[in-house]
Amino acid sequence: MVQATLSREAAPSPASNVDTTVETFRFMLLARVLDEKMANLYRAGKIHGGVFLGRGQEALSASLGVSLRKGDVFAPLVRDTAGRLAFGEPILDCVRTYLGSVLGPMRGRDGNVHRGRPSAGILPMISHLGAMISVVNGALFAKRAAGVQDAVGATCLGDGGMSTGAFHEALNQAAVERLPLVLVVANNQYAYSTPNRHQFACTSLLDRARGYGVAGQAVDGTDLTACLNALRSAVVAARAGQGPQLVVASLLRLCGHGEHDDASYITPEIKKSAVGRDCIAVAEAQLLQADLATRPALAGLRAECVAAVEQAVATVQREPAPDPFAEQWQALSAAHLLDTTQES
Amino acid sequence: MSITYLEAIREAQARALAEDPRVFIYGEDVGQFGGAFKATKNLAAEFPGRVKDAPISEDAIVGFAVGAAIEGMRPIVEMQFADFSTVAINQIVNQAGTLFWRTQTPCPIVVRMPCGGTSGSGPFHSQNMEAIYSHYPGLVVVTPATVEDAYSMLIEAVALNDPVIFCEHKLLYYHLKAEKLPTEALPIGKARIAREGRDMTIVTYSAMIHEALAAADELEPEGWRVEVVDLRSVKPLDTDTVMASVARTGRLLCVGESWPWGGVTAEVIARVTSEGFALLDAPPQRLNSKDTPVPYHPSLWAAHRPTGHSIAAAARRVLRQ
Ligand SMILES: Cc1ncc(C[n+]2csc(CCOP(=O)(O)OP(=O)(O)O)c2C)c(N)n1
Ligand SMILES: [Mg+2]
Repeated sequence: MVQATLSREAAPSPASNVDTTVETFRFMLLARVLDEKMANLYRAGKIHGGVFLGRGQEALSASLGVSLRKGDVFAPLVRDTAGRLAFGEPILDCVRTYLGSVLGPMRGRDGNVHRGRPSAGILPMISHLGAMISVVNGALFAKRAAGVQDAVGATCLGDGGMSTGAFHEALNQAAVERLPLVLVVANNQYAYSTPNRHQFACTSLLDRARGYGVAGQAVDGTDLTACLNALRSAVVAARAGQGPQLVVASLLRLCGHGEHDDASYITPEIKKSAVGRDCIAVAEAQLLQADLATRPALAGLRAECVAAVEQAVATVQREPAPDPFAEQWQALSAAHLLDTTQES
Repeated sequence: MSITYLEAIREAQARALAEDPRVFIYGEDVGQFGGAFKATKNLAAEFPGRVKDAPISEDAIVGFAVGAAIEGMRPIVEMQFADFSTVAINQIVNQAGTLFWRTQTPCPIVVRMPCGGTSGSGPFHSQNMEAIYSHYPGLVVVTPATVEDAYSMLIEAVALNDPVIFCEHKLLYYHLKAEKLPTEALPIGKARIAREGRDMTIVTYSAMIHEALAAADELEPEGWRVEVVDLRSVKPLDTDTVMASVARTGRLLCVGESWPWGGVTAEVIARVTSEGFALLDAPPQRLNSKDTPVPYHPSLWAAHRPTGHSIAAAARRVLRQ
């Protein structure tokens, strides 16, 4: 049954289905609550720049996060609050990066979803779509060269990001090197405003797995049980040396591209279709039906999530902003090689 | 009636589409959605089939434009952000930039690049690319600082037979307004005196014009009259106008929002010192952003780029020499 621990050092090995399903759901819910809080802060004018939510994609993202373990490499993308939390990223990292706290992992230099901790295996995304995949490949190559046999690397992409040359180059590269890469694609039907029909002409994005000689599976991204099965098996296969694994999930972004976007281009038909289901509601029904949770327990869990998020925000709001005079304006680690000009 | 910098860009594209059937617009989300910044708002409806959504494939977007240009069309490409043009740099510099020189076939494409920093945008949605593209042969690089120039230079860019990198500054999109669209304009390649003065010259371009004008205001009560030259196009660079201004003032400060190494400010100073050394009463100076990626937090961002105050401080140093 649902317990009160909301974050952990590293993903536990999935002891049983029961624990993992509930555990995964907890991360989904925590991510939803955290995302909603960031959106509220944005509307209140407390966040500079954009806010990007994973609403509707939590089941997929959390399932990936819980399937990975310490020692793996994870390069989350824009809608992976849930997967980050499940992989072990503290709530504070998210809040501090959005609010620009100097104590956060990015120290106010980068913001919102552009955060990570390379030393903890979380690679910090750059905005350029598709660019993280080959970086994960390189990390996996290095681990292999160092004699680490059982580390997996995972990264995420959208339907739109799959049109980049970077994606095609990197998936082919992973296949040639037979790397333990798990590439999770959230086909949420749109890339910003652009619908799938203007993005690609193949019947299924999964066709691309075959094109590069890698294993692929499709999954209903709104269904927690299905996502857990798909992601667990993909990670297990990669870990077992079966080469790159492509997972393509169908779902819908249940929000704007960012919070500035009202997403009026998403058609009512698609919202009412199967991909438009809210994965949180689907998962709750699954948990109740399987007797893995009760309604009061779910309500309690939500309250715990809200409390944890509120506490993190209250903490960060008291933290200092970066001070431009104390800032080290230094983009090289070798300080003696910095190129100095007289000005400024 | 008033019109913003962004609306001027939209109006210029509407006019280009209306006047020339060879013109089309291609880019991510530019169709029905009207673009991430709404620079193509309603154009897909007004010009059916001529304002096309592209897959997220910047390299292929620019390659496609070059191919269409070879066949006689006049594509306008919208990069969603200038920063993403790095993905297309191969097609821009090696394809578009070399075509005429290699084959005498013109390459009339315009690549619109929403550039420049806005607070909270961070390292990948704030970059200025004019120095990179100016470095390569075969490209015209323009940096409009006013509503009028945004309009007239975009119209002229579409009519030109060469590839034009059109650097439009996001900070100017909504706030900069004019009463009406211009009916006549300086051509691309000519700089403009944005403010007359006699004590020193500040040469700059794009959004930094407005910071330089603020600096000139700040210095006026101190008795200094600062001339501000708006380069308008950084390649070609109107050395004559710069040199004539320096001949009047004897002092030069070059300001750019880009990074300090090389770039437009270094180019201007190199030209003035090598061709007009005797005109100078003090060593020319330049002011750029700091040599780090563009930071996210507003307080870091504001310290990273030149501002009215930091330009005024740099100008005082030049004036006191
Ligand atoms: C190379 C590149 N081009 C353009 C962009 C601007 N951009 C950011 S997100 C986005 C849409 C992404 O769609 P998709 O990959 O389907 O992911 P989703 O937002 O739907 O999760 C675009 C065009 C970018 N980040 N990178
Ligand atoms: Mg998408």
